[in-house]
Amino acid sequence: MAPRAPWRHRALLRFVLRRLLAGLLLCLGVTLVSFLLTQAVPGDPVTANLGQRASEDPAAVAAFRAANGLDQPLPQQYLTYLGNLLTGDFGDSQQTRNPVASDLGEKVPATMELALAAIVIAVVLGVGFGIVAALYRDRWPDQVLRVLSLTGVSVPTFWLALIAYYWVSFKADLLPAGGRLAPGAQAPEQVTGLYTVDALLAGDWATFGDAAAHLVLPAMVLASFTVGVLLRFTRASVLEVLGDEYVRAARAKGLPEFTVVRRHVLRPALVSVVTVTGVAFAGLLSGTVLVEQIFSWRGLGAYAYTSALALDLPAIMGVSVVVAIIYVLLNLVVDLLYGVIDPRLRQS
Amino acid sequence: MTAPDPLVVPAAPLAGDTDVAAVAAPTAARTLARSPWRRPLGLIGLVVIVLWVLVAIAAPLLAPFDPLAQVAPKLLEPSGEHWFGTDNLGRDVFSRVLYGARLSVPLAILLVVLATLVGSVLGAVAGYFGRWVDAGIMRLTDLVFAFPGIILAMAVTAALGAGLRNAVLALVVVTWPSYARVVRGLVLSTREQDHIQASRLLGSSALRTLAVDVRPTVLGPVLVLSALDVGNAVLLLSGLSFLGLGARPPAPEWGAMVSAGAQVFDSWWVGLFPGLAILTVVLAFNFLGDTLRDALDPRTARALRG
Repeated sequence: MAPRAPWRHRALLRFVLRRLLAGLLLCLGVTLVSFLLTQAVPGDPVTANLGQRASEDPAAVAAFRAANGLDQPLPQQYLTYLGNLLTGDFGDSQQTRNPVASDLGEKVPATMELALAAIVIAVVLGVGFGIVAALYRDRWPDQVLRVLSLTGVSVPTFWLALIAYYWVSFKADLLPAGGRLAPGAQAPEQVTGLYTVDALLAGDWATFGDAAAHLVLPAMVLASFTVGVLLRFTRASVLEVLGDEYVRAARAKGLPEFTVVRRHVLRPALVSVVTVTGVAFAGLLSGTVLVEQIFSWRGLGAYAYTSALALDLPAIMGVSVVVAIIYVLLNLVVDLLYGVIDPRLRQS
Repeated sequence: MTAPDPLVVPAAPLAGDTDVAAVAAPTAARTLARSPWRRPLGLIGLVVIVLWVLVAIAAPLLAPFDPLAQVAPKLLEPSGEHWFGTDNLGRDVFSRVLYGARLSVPLAILLVVLATLVGSVLGAVAGYFGRWVDAGIMRLTDLVFAFPGIILAMAVTAALGAGLRNAVLALVVVTWPSYARVVRGLVLSTREQDHIQASRLLGSSALRTLAVDVRPTVLGPVLVLSALDVGNAVLLLSGLSFLGLGARPPAPEWGAMVSAGAQVFDSWWVGLFPGLAILTVVLAFNFLGDTLRDALDPRTARALRG
């Protein structure tokens, strides 16, 4: 990944287009891999979806295969799938019997809300504590934070989810348990699909409070790993800059330490943190599979899990494509952010 | 605000920064020998790892009960007889946690070994031959990175059929690319060195050059990298088992046991203790890894020896 963001408009446009094209190829590769993967399965989607009795009836099996296009030759099946994809048609989920596109439209915002909340928590805590650790290098705050960050990357997310759910929601009854809203509560009118944001847009404070209360715990659990990663990385990055000549120069001319750090250290140190945050966000999406299970959060992770277990091919491929698109866009945003943060890179 | 010691050059212990490892190896050993008392975390990690290995070996001697047998009423709270209580089938959780070490740790090591092998071979081939071979293999790593790890592993395991063996294979598919990238980088940086060129001119085949001349440079850093990854492998494997895609039922696997704990939610001890086992193993590897990384970085090493 070349950290270069050309700044003049034409060059910028060309850069974005080139990255998008590469991203498109990557997405194409992802569809091919997931397609081949679902073909390589010894498990038969027919028996996985029809149930024992129906799968012994040849007529029912043939009807199922024809209905899902499974009687066509493989390359034909793949091309048909790609053609449909271009029109936004991901096929029908064999399990929920809904179009995969509409299933995804429901699940993606749920997971996005969770992942965005988690990344905000992770950046605030990880970067903040990382800076503190670097400034107190090798003294007790640094030692404590070192253990904290190592614990963050070591704790099994699914276990932390279970423990947090049990003690915070169930025993202490501090936060509501499971789901995105209180049972029976009406979801706010869909604009972004993120309940907290939509509730705010509608000016509905009660719903916002409810959605936020449901969001806090799963988001914190999901963030634990990323906090650890960002803390370690920020610490290293800040320490590296602290040793640079110009920082010594800034100190030598008598600037207060606070000004030195704020003006001369943080900006260069945080450039590389941006990349890691991008990568970490993609990693968070993995974590959602485990966290959504415990908190009954009906998002992409839970959907991917049930689809994988049922060998629901259209759904699995839909999830893979969506995640690949998110990944590609994320990398593009990170590359462009480089240019914003580091003016030197704009010229090249 | 603090003014750091001007003599100490700050370190950047980044995971990708492994080429310093080869250069710094002798100093690193010396640093490590002296540093335990300055950085006790690494020592703690090592001790905990050794303890878990001993537990894995001696599980039949240490466990008070048969891990698979129903030995008591269901869901007993922790007590003098059943330290960690009993689970939903009346099995002794303490014995199951001890036996769990026999599954999680060796399988995690197996996973790392396989991923290292596959990744190193592909990475070395990519780095050495360059051009379209390199491009092809690197696009393949891009592809794997574009999938979120556990979703790809889940799909592969579901496709192969649930089970610990398939879970390991699926995770190899997901984890080899990071090794491939590191090895490729190392090979690229050694490829142009004089002794490699000399060997090529003397007529060594590509295979011989890679195996004899390139390998020694690459081996050290890669071994360190993979040893540190065992903790991560434990996390991934137990995650798949938690989802029901790894260990099959009666097997005392930690992730599966946490999953059972989630079913009998009210009996907190069923899920708590196996999760603590995972946490201590992974934490131990990360403590050790963090200390090693610091010691291998020549800039920190100087500060450590002080």
